[in-house]
Amino acid sequence: MADPILSIRDVSVSFDVRPQGTWPWTPSLKLHAVSKLSVDLMPGETLGLVGESGSGKSTLARAVIGTIPSSGGQIIYEGRDLATMTAQETRRHRRDVQMVFQDPLAALNPRMTVGDIIAEPLITHEPDTPRKEVKARVAELMEKVGLLPNLINRYPHEFSGGQCQRIGIARALIVKPKLLICDEPVSALDVSVQAQVVNLLKDLQAEMGLSMIFIAHDLSVVKHISNRIMVMYLGCPMEVGPAKAITAEPRHPYTQALISSVPIPDPVLEAARERPVLEGDLPSPLSPPSGCVFRTRCPKAQPSCAEARPGMDKVAPDRFVACPFQEVEKVLADA
Amino acid sequence: MALLDVSDLTVTFQTNDGPVNAVNGLSFDVAEKETLAIVGESGSGKSQTAFAIMGLLAKNGGATGRVEFDGADLLSLSKRQLNKVRSNQIGMIFQDPMTSLNPYIRVSDQMAEVLQLHKGLSKRDAIAEAVQMLDAVRIPDAKARISMFPHEFSGGMRQRIMIAMALLCRPRLLIADEPTTALDVTVQAQIMKLLGEIREEFNTAVILITHDLGIVADFCDRTLVLYGGQIMEEGPTGDVFADPAHPYTKGLLKAVPRLDRDTETLQTIAGEPPDMSHLPAGCPFSPRCEIARDYCSTRPLVLEPLGDNRTRACHASLAEMKQEMQDG
Repeated sequence: MADPILSIRDVSVSFDVRPQGTWPWTPSLKLHAVSKLSVDLMPGETLGLVGESGSGKSTLARAVIGTIPSSGGQIIYEGRDLATMTAQETRRHRRDVQMVFQDPLAALNPRMTVGDIIAEPLITHEPDTPRKEVKARVAELMEKVGLLPNLINRYPHEFSGGQCQRIGIARALIVKPKLLICDEPVSALDVSVQAQVVNLLKDLQAEMGLSMIFIAHDLSVVKHISNRIMVMYLGCPMEVGPAKAITAEPRHPYTQALISSVPIPDPVLEAARERPVLEGDLPSPLSPPSGCVFRTRCPKAQPSCAEARPGMDKVAPDRFVACPFQEVEKVLADA
Repeated sequence: MALLDVSDLTVTFQTNDGPVNAVNGLSFDVAEKETLAIVGESGSGKSQTAFAIMGLLAKNGGATGRVEFDGADLLSLSKRQLNKVRSNQIGMIFQDPMTSLNPYIRVSDQMAEVLQLHKGLSKRDAIAEAVQMLDAVRIPDAKARISMFPHEFSGGMRQRIMIAMALLCRPRLLIADEPTTALDVTVQAQIMKLLGEIREEFNTAVILITHDLGIVADFCDRTLVLYGGQIMEEGPTGDVFADPAHPYTKGLLKAVPRLDRDTETLQTIAGEPPDMSHLPAGCPFSPRCEIARDYCSTRPLVLEPLGDNRTRACHASLAEMKQEMQDG
């Protein structure tokens, strides 16, 4: 088996939060956005991250690109720990790992032309590239993502959301990254445009052999694009496994609840489907429940769940579930 | 008789680039206790339709046509009369509960104001009734929490408050404009379940405005598909989903990835959502339509009946459409 391109070992990320109206010398609270999470990413693979808002998906992504320091554990990119990298290695890591953001318009500098936006990472990481080549690469990328070359001197506000997202993708890909992190890249787009961008990402990934971390709250999109899915809740992994297996036969109660919450655009199936609704809201990450973090909303919770956080049990090859009371459940009606 | 009867509704905005039609000759009706879905992408005019019905259009916007509610034309009512209708007859839930609730005013005062103003209750009675309504939308410990400020509630709870507020005067029609777009899927499921229960309990008709086809399939009796301010097709939800009669609906249903199916590549609708200031004179969908004929962009669309209870607006006949889209 090949070595993973990225391996995340027991990573925690926490933030200091100052409670309102306290004295300056009151110790600040620790918010654990990600706690003790491990996952590997193989070259060419797409890992989908799903979970409600506040589950730590974006924080994990930011820790991987290195904009947020992790407070524990190791993030190992191509065999090197992010925390102990030399300056040169850090530069390479920053070039190799690129990101596509959620709000396509907000992620683009409104005062730069499309050509400049797409060229910027290339000029930053390879300053010696001759002008002509930069131009050629920009044109090549624009064609790849489906933008007409005559748009090169336009500004972001002249584009629609879908086109802006294409610009964002082109910008991320111009330095030929090995790992692309997409943080909710399609959630701001209309349904008809969403399909275009999802297909584009899938095609580009196959063509360039990219590894990808795909974050979204829409489980159907994640399932469509990912090889493997990790379900997160309050910074903890709940279930990891192949995308099809997880959606067809979810084992963790949270995954089951998540899947049963997704409405399917088919009135006949919807009418036939039992949809237990998960009650309540996400607990405050400042004081997460003891033991299993999901137990306060879990339909199967037992008193013992409060005692210790369940480990990730291997239940099938490549399938890990953090719940001792799991059972296979079919949540989707058969089509 | 229909509870709400909209005919030939046109909404026009006066902009610096000249007048822009957001809604173009829209006609539909909603019967008592019926749930109608208005489905469309951004720029389809779905929200502006709701705002026109409620008389909430922006200053530079104007509506023409007829919006008959229980026999009275809402568009010709005075502000005072309209205010009466807005409270007792039609309630509205907005997309973003944080921006629609006043952050400076306690929930109790915001909710009581509605009842004091419209029903002339004393403040104490009004708050008591508001607490009851918060109980009805399943807010735990409503009595204590009603005196909190909006920011102290989570997104799902805020949306529950919005729903409770809209229901305070027991409206006969509830317009929900993307009520769950800003929420997580699990919370969305909670809110949709609640709306379903409320619909039964209070016997209200509902217009649900959304872009999420999944919610529509689950929740609505009839579906109206809008594109570029015009109706593409309309009919019972089951029929529209099982046998879409318009290329746009057909494309839209295929473009959504589904949890219960494995598809290698999604079918897409080429192009971008319409620019409302440069719509073609004919079918607004024609620039993106895979079976468009050359006259589609110039010849005005006509809404034609299809069977007993469906309508569609397409220059290609149903048989032509089915044949030509087969290999698409």
